[in-house]
Formats: sequence, C-alpha cells, structure tokens
Amino acid sequence: MNDAFDIRGESHIEVHKFRAGAILIATLLALVIQAAFPVHFSKAAILDLPLLVTIYFGLSRRNPSTGLLLGMVIGLLQDSLSGPTVPLGLYGIAKTIIGYLASSIGARLDTEHPAARFALTAAFFVAHQGLIVLTRRILLAQPEPWFNVHLFVAAFVNAFIAVFLFLLLDRLRRN
Amino acid sequence: MVAIPSRHKSLVLLAGIIVLQVLLLAVQIKRESKGRLIRVWTVGAASPFERAGSYGFGWVRDTWRHYFALQNTTKENEQIRHENDALKLQITQLQGKAAEADRLAALLNFRQSHAGVPMIAARVIGASAGAASQTIQLDRGERDGIRNNMGVITPDGVVGKVVETYPNAARVLLLTDKESGVGAMLADSRTQSPVGGQGEPLLVMKYVPNDDTVNLGERVITSGMDRIFPRDLPVGTVAEIKSGNPFKQIRIKPAANLERLEEVLVLLSLRPLEMKNEENTGDAQPHAPGAANPPPAAKR
Repeated sequence: MNDAFDIRGESHIEVHKFRAGAILIATLLALVIQAAFPVHFSKAAILDLPLLVTIYFGLSRRNPSTGLLLGMVIGLLQDSLSGPTVPLGLYGIAKTIIGYLASSIGARLDTEHPAARFALTAAFFVAHQGLIVLTRRILLAQPEPWFNVHLFVAAFVNAFIAVFLFLLLDRLRRN
Repeated sequence: MVAIPSRHKSLVLLAGIIVLQVLLLAVQIKRESKGRLIRVWTVGAASPFERAGSYGFGWVRDTWRHYFALQNTTKENEQIRHENDALKLQITQLQGKAAEADRLAALLNFRQSHAGVPMIAARVIGASAGAASQTIQLDRGERDGIRNNMGVITPDGVVGKVVETYPNAARVLLLTDKESGVGAMLADSRTQSPVGGQGEPLLVMKYVPNDDTVNLGERVITSGMDRIFPRDLPVGTVAEIKSGNPFKQIRIKPAANLERLEEVLVLLSLRPLEMKNEENTGDAQPHAPGAANPPPAAKR
C-alpha cells in the first residue's frame, strides 16, 4: 500500500522540526524570488513560491494553528510586496485558509510521497486561486474569471515545481 | 467563561484571523462613489437595524397618533362639529340679514323715490290662520297712523289693503283673497278692469271684452279708480288668456311675491294719491321691475 495516502491517527503522524530560522529564511527567500524573478523572466510569474512554502510548512508542521498563522504572515507580506493594486489581506486570507487546510490534511495524511505532494499542491493552488477570485468578487467587487486553462496550467507547473522544491526544503529539517 | 475545545481552537483562530483580514481589506478598499468598503459594510450592517428601528418608532408613533390620540381627536371632532353647526347657523342668519338688508334697501329706495307719498314700512309678523282667507298681519297699527282700507304695497307691486287695525298691529287682505280687488288696467291697451283674487296664486281680470287685444306677459297696473292705490303701480302680468262670454278670462300673475312677504309699505292716505314713479324711479329701484319701467301714465 502506498504509504503516502495512508490515513493514520494523529498521534502516529510525525511532526517535522526545522532548523532555527529555516522557516523565516525560506519564507523571505520565496518572497524575494517571487518579487524579483518575474522581472527578468516574465514566464516565472506563473509561479507562486510563497504559496508553495505555505503548503510545505503546513503539511510538514501539521499544526493547523501554526499553519494558518504562517499562511497569514506570508500572505500579508506578499500583499505588501504586490504593489498598491493589491490590498492587504487579499493573499493573506487565501494563504491563511490554505495554511490551515494544509496543516489539517498533513495531520491526517502522509504527504511525503512526491505524487501526494504534486496532487495536494495542484489542489491547493486551485483552491488558493478560487479564494482570491472569491475575495475579489465578493469583497472588492472586481469581476474575475473563476477558472480557465491558464489556471490549470499554472496549477500543474506549480505542483511540478513543488515536488522538487519540497525535496529541497526537506533538507532544512532537523534530524 | 466558555472553554473552547482544543480541537476547535485552530478553527476559532482561523475565523478570527480571517475576520481581521477581511476588516483590513475593508478599511483599504474604496468603492466608487460609496466611500471606503468598511463604511459601506458598516452602513449596510447598520441599515437593517436603523430601518427596523425607524419602522418600530414609526409604528409606535402612528399607533399613538391614530389610536391613543384619537381620544382627543374625538373630542376635537365633536367640538369642531359644534362650531361648524354654529357657523352654519350664523351663515344662515347672515344670509337672512343680507337678504333682509336688500329688501329694506329696496323699500328705502322706493320710499325715497316717492317722497311725496306718505307711507310707512311695516314688518309682516303673521299670516292667516286658515286657508279660507289670504291675509297677513303687520307689526304696525293705529298708533302708527294705519287705518282700514289703506293700500299696502312693496317695491314690486300691489299687495292688498288694510282690513283690520289694532293699536300696534294691522291685518292686510291680500290681492289673492276672494274678497279682494283692485282697480287696474292693461298697461299697453289701457283697458281698465278690476283685478281680484280667487283664493289661488293667480289673480283674475274680470271685465275685458273679447274684442280687446290682450297679450300674454302684458303688464297690469293700478288705475287709481279704487281710490285706494295710486295709478301706475304694478299689479302683475298676464299669464293666461281664454275667450269667454261676453268677457275674456284673463289670469294675472301678481307682481309682488305674495307668498313670501316680509316687509311692506303701507300707504298712509285715504285720498287718491299720485305716484311720481316716472323715469327717475327706474334708476332707484333695481329690485322692482314693475316700477322700474312704468308705462306712460298720461296716455289715456
């Protein structure tokens, strides 16, 4: 049986610890790269590294409170770096919920397998975009398409990148 | 304090953080022509309560106005109704006084235009007690110089003659009574004939030969031959003409409104009088059509 999809009791799930400052450094790096990379490579705008970091640490820490707080901080920082057209809270709300969901799911599923990570990341990416569109539509009264091909392409790309990124971030774990 | 189960703490935290960020969004967002989103939300959230409060206060106010206050309204309505009745009565009285003033003005004009004729104004205070006679009672009598057989007129025409006198009252036999009569003539043909009553509203001109021409609407005036009324006072107009043998049957509509007499003039003389009612009386008597356009007096 594939242990990546084993449903286990919460007490049997291993909670990963990270080296001091690893989460902070990873988060800042993701934000900086996310802000700087598209300047040189416009195609890189399809990536959402802060979201991937949120998903990773949510799945790894497996604590909903920690996950949602981390998602909130990352989202608000991303909002801050996104310019005046993006109000504070737009990404914050979405990433808070994603952080909570990732932590909650990570507490119940073994998400170490690359396939599981790929699927969960793709799902979270779509959910994240859905939350942003929902916020724009309801709170900001900004018409925004719900789903399109670009969204699914972006979800696939981010999920693919996440598989390798998560392996890289696994090295930050404390053994 | 209510303890939150540990498994729900993260949910509560999630909800709190989401709410905080939503509020953060609301503070920043400024909708077109609606101000900041937080204001829009605040107004939107408060509006139902304000509306409910407004309706509630309105309901209470309306209930108070339409129910409790109706107690006073009923009293006010009653008071206003009484005032209305009093005002209606007052209006009726004023209208009566105005009409009376008009009649008295007509009498005065008539009196002034016949200054040489001794006459006295009297008020009608009663009528005959039965249908057998057509009489009225005046508020003036012998003490005012009124005697039997004195003529009674109005600016419109002949009324009748005094048949009974008392110290302070007098009874007048109207032209419509069966026993009444006045010397008269047709104004156009100058045909003379007495006019008398039949106990009906219309008078009868008795002795006009069939050969004489009489027209409907022709005026009938006093001839002065009865030595009661001066000449040329209006008696009435021809209302009906029938051939008879040997005289026409002519019915006259009285010039004076004998059914609604309130003030009259009593001619205080038993001698034949000459009324100076020529042209100048026409201007002075707008309410006396018979006297306003009298026939030429000296045609005969």
